[in-house]
Amino acid sequence: MVCKLCDLSPGLRLFGRRLKQTANLMVGMPDYDTYAAHRSATHPDLPVMTREEFFRERQARRYGAGGGGLRCC
Amino acid sequence: MSSAQASGKNAFNWLLWLAVSVLGTVALGVVALSRNEPINAIWLVTAAVCTYLVAFRFYSMFIGRSVLRIDPTRVTPAYRHNDGLDYVPTNKWVLFGHHFAAIAGAGPLVGPVLAAQMGYLPGTLWILAGVVFAGAVQDCIVLFVSVRRDARSLGDMIRSEMGEVPGVIAMFGILLIMIILLAVLALIVVKALAGSPWGTFTVFATMPIAILMGVYCRFIRPGRILEMSVIGVVLLLGALTYGQTVSQTPALAAMFTYSGETWALILIVYGFIAAVLPVWLLLAPRDYLSTFLKIGTIVALAIGIMVVAPVLHMPAVSRYIDGTGPVFSGQLFPFLFITIACGAVSGFHSLVSSGTTPKMIENENQIRMIGYAAMLMESAVAIMAMVAACVLEPGAYFAMNSPAGMIGTTAVQAAATISSWGFVITPDTLTQIAKDIGETTILSRAGGAPTLAVGMAHILSGVTGGRALMPFWYHFAILFEALFILTTIDAGTRVARFMIQDLAGIFVPSMRRTESWVSNVVATAIAVAGWGWFLYQGVIDPLGGINSLWPLFGISNQMLAAIALTLCTVVLFRMKQQRYAWVTIAPTVWLSVCTLVAGWEKLFDPTPAIGFLAHARVFGAALDAGKVLAPARSVVEMNRVVTNDYINAIMTAIFMALVVAMLVCGVISAMRALSNPSVTTKEVGGGLQTV
Repeated sequence: MVCKLCDLSPGLRLFGRRLKQTANLMVGMPDYDTYAAHRSATHPDLPVMTREEFFRERQARRYGAGGGGLRCC
Repeated sequence: MSSAQASGKNAFNWLLWLAVSVLGTVALGVVALSRNEPINAIWLVTAAVCTYLVAFRFYSMFIGRSVLRIDPTRVTPAYRHNDGLDYVPTNKWVLFGHHFAAIAGAGPLVGPVLAAQMGYLPGTLWILAGVVFAGAVQDCIVLFVSVRRDARSLGDMIRSEMGEVPGVIAMFGILLIMIILLAVLALIVVKALAGSPWGTFTVFATMPIAILMGVYCRFIRPGRILEMSVIGVVLLLGALTYGQTVSQTPALAAMFTYSGETWALILIVYGFIAAVLPVWLLLAPRDYLSTFLKIGTIVALAIGIMVVAPVLHMPAVSRYIDGTGPVFSGQLFPFLFITIACGAVSGFHSLVSSGTTPKMIENENQIRMIGYAAMLMESAVAIMAMVAACVLEPGAYFAMNSPAGMIGTTAVQAAATISSWGFVITPDTLTQIAKDIGETTILSRAGGAPTLAVGMAHILSGVTGGRALMPFWYHFAILFEALFILTTIDAGTRVARFMIQDLAGIFVPSMRRTESWVSNVVATAIAVAGWGWFLYQGVIDPLGGINSLWPLFGISNQMLAAIALTLCTVVLFRMKQQRYAWVTIAPTVWLSVCTLVAGWEKLFDPTPAIGFLAHARVFGAALDAGKVLAPARSVVEMNRVVTNDYINAIMTAIFMALVVAMLVCGVISAMRALSNPSVTTKEVGGGLQTV
C-alpha cells in the first residue's frame, strides 16, 4: 500500500506542478524553472535573471507594446 | 497487440462514436422539436457536448490531416526560437489553459443573453453550427498559419501573404473593432452598476485590493502570483459581503449610487488614468484576479447547471424572430448572426491565435486540440449563458432587457406592457425578484450582465444557500463581469494605444516611440476619447444604447473573422490545397453576407429602431418642427442624437467597405496563386530541418 502511494506520488507531484504552471501561464507568466534550465543549458556563459527579475520582465512584457496582453472580448 | 485485439478495439471505438452521435441527435431533436412545453437545460447541454465531440473527432481531424496536412516532424517556433521567455515549448494541457483564458471573455456571456429574446432555439443552433464550421475553424487554421510562419501576428501575415494594402486595411479594421469593443463592454458595466450601490461599492473596492496585491507581489513576496491571488479573492469576498451593509445603510448607499451618465464619465476618466499607470500597480494584479475568478465562475456555473438541471421557461422560438423585439431590433437573419459573435465565431480570436499561443506549441499535431477544442469550450460557455437567460420567466427577462421608453419605469407599467406582449407577469413578481437579489429594481437593465447574474443566482442558489444567498450570488456575478470588463478596458486601451502609435507612425514617425511620454499620452487620449464617445452616446441613447452599439460590435467582430478567414483561404490556395478551400470559403461567404446585409439594414432600413439614417430623419424632422422627442430634453440633445446617428452610420459604412476591400484583395491573391503552378506560401522551416 505504501509502495503504491510512492509510485503514485511522482505522478501526483507532476500533476500539481502542471496545474501551477497552467494557472501561472493563464495570466501570462511562464515557468521560471524552465527558463533557468534553458539558459543554463544553452547559454551557460550569460547571466540568468533572478526569479524576481524574471517576474518583472514578464509582467512588463505582457502589457507592453507587442506583448501578449491581448485577450478577447 | 494482435490484429484481432486491434480490430476489436476499432469496433468498440466505432460503436462509441455511434452512441455519441445518436445521443447528440436525440438531444438535438428534443431541443428543436419541443413546443409549448418547457424542456430541461440538460437536453441543451447534451446536444452541445455531443456536437462538440463529434466535430472534434471527425471534422477537426479532417482539417488537420487533409486540409492543413499537419506535419508532426516539423520543428515549431517554440523550439526554433526557444528563449525560455516568449518562445517556450509548453505542455499541451498547460497551453490549452493559457489559450482558453485568453479567448474566453465577456462576449460569449452577453451575446446569447441578448439573442434569447428570439427563444433558445435559434441562438443555440447558430452557436453550435457557427463554432463547428466557422469559429473553431478560424482559430485552428490561423494558429496553424502562424505556427508555420514563426508565430507572426495576423496583421504581419496579411501583409506578407496578401500585400501592403490589405495589411494596412486590416490594421485599421482591428483598431476600429477595438474601440467599439471597449465602448460596448464599458456600456455593459454602466448598465449593471448604475443605481446599484452594492455593485458599485464592490467594484470600487477592487481597486485598493488590486493595488495591495500589486504592492505585495512586487515588494513583499515578489512573483508569488497564486499566493497573492488567494489573498485577493478572500478580500474581494469580504468586500462583496460588506456591500450588502452598504446597500442597506441609506447614508452609505447614497455615496455609492450613480446615474448612467456619471458612471460613463467615471469610466472614461478611470480608463485614461489606468492606462498610463505602471502595469504592476493596478492592471496586472486585477488581471490575475479576474482571470482566476472567471475560470472559477465558469466551472461553478457548469457544475450548477449539471446539478440543478434547471427547466428553460423561455419558448423555443419567440415571436420576435420577426424583428420587432425589445432587446435588439432586426430580423433573425441577419441580426441573430451578428448578435452572437463570441461563442459561435469571434474574429478577435484570430489575434490571440496569432499572438502568444503559436510561440509555445510543442508540436503541430497539438494545433487541433489548442485551436479547435479551446474554441469549442468557449462555445460551451455561450451555451451556459443561453441556459442562464432562459431559466428566467420570459416576463422577467423582458422586464430586465427592454428599454424604459418601451415598458415605463414602474413595476406596474412594465408588468402591464410585457403581459400585453403575451409574456404574462405580475408587478409583484418583478418587485419580488428585485428584492430577492438585493436591488431596488430590475427594470431596463439591458446589456446582458444583470440578466446573466439573475440566471446564475437562480442556478447557483439551487446548489447551495437557497433564497437567502441569492443576493450574494447575484452581486458576485455582477462583480465578476464588471471586474473582468474593467481589466479588458485597461488592457484594451493600452493595446489600442499601441495600435494608434503604430498607425500614426506611418504619417508622424515620432508617434511610434512607445517610450516617449508625449506620444503615449496623446495616443492614450485618442483611444479613450474614441471608446468614451461611443460609450457616452450609448448611455444617453433613447433605445438603450445596446440596440445601436451591440450590432456595431457584432458587425465589426464578424468582419474581423471574415478578414482572418480570407487570409486562411489565400494561404490554402498558395499551398496548392485549393480543393479543400471550401472549408474556409464557406464561413467567409456566410460571415460576409451576414455583416453586409446587417450593415445595409443598419444604414438604410426605414424602421427608425433599425436604420441609423431613418432614426436621424425622425429626429431631424422633429427638430425642424421645433419639437423635442424623448428622451432628449433639449434642442442641444436632439442635435446630439442626430449627429450620433450619422457617426454610427459612417462607422457601419466603413466596416462594410473594409469587408468588401478585403474580399476583393483575397480573390485577387487567390487567383494569382492559382495561376502560379508552384507552391507560393511564405512558410518558415519545414521537413526534418533543425534550427
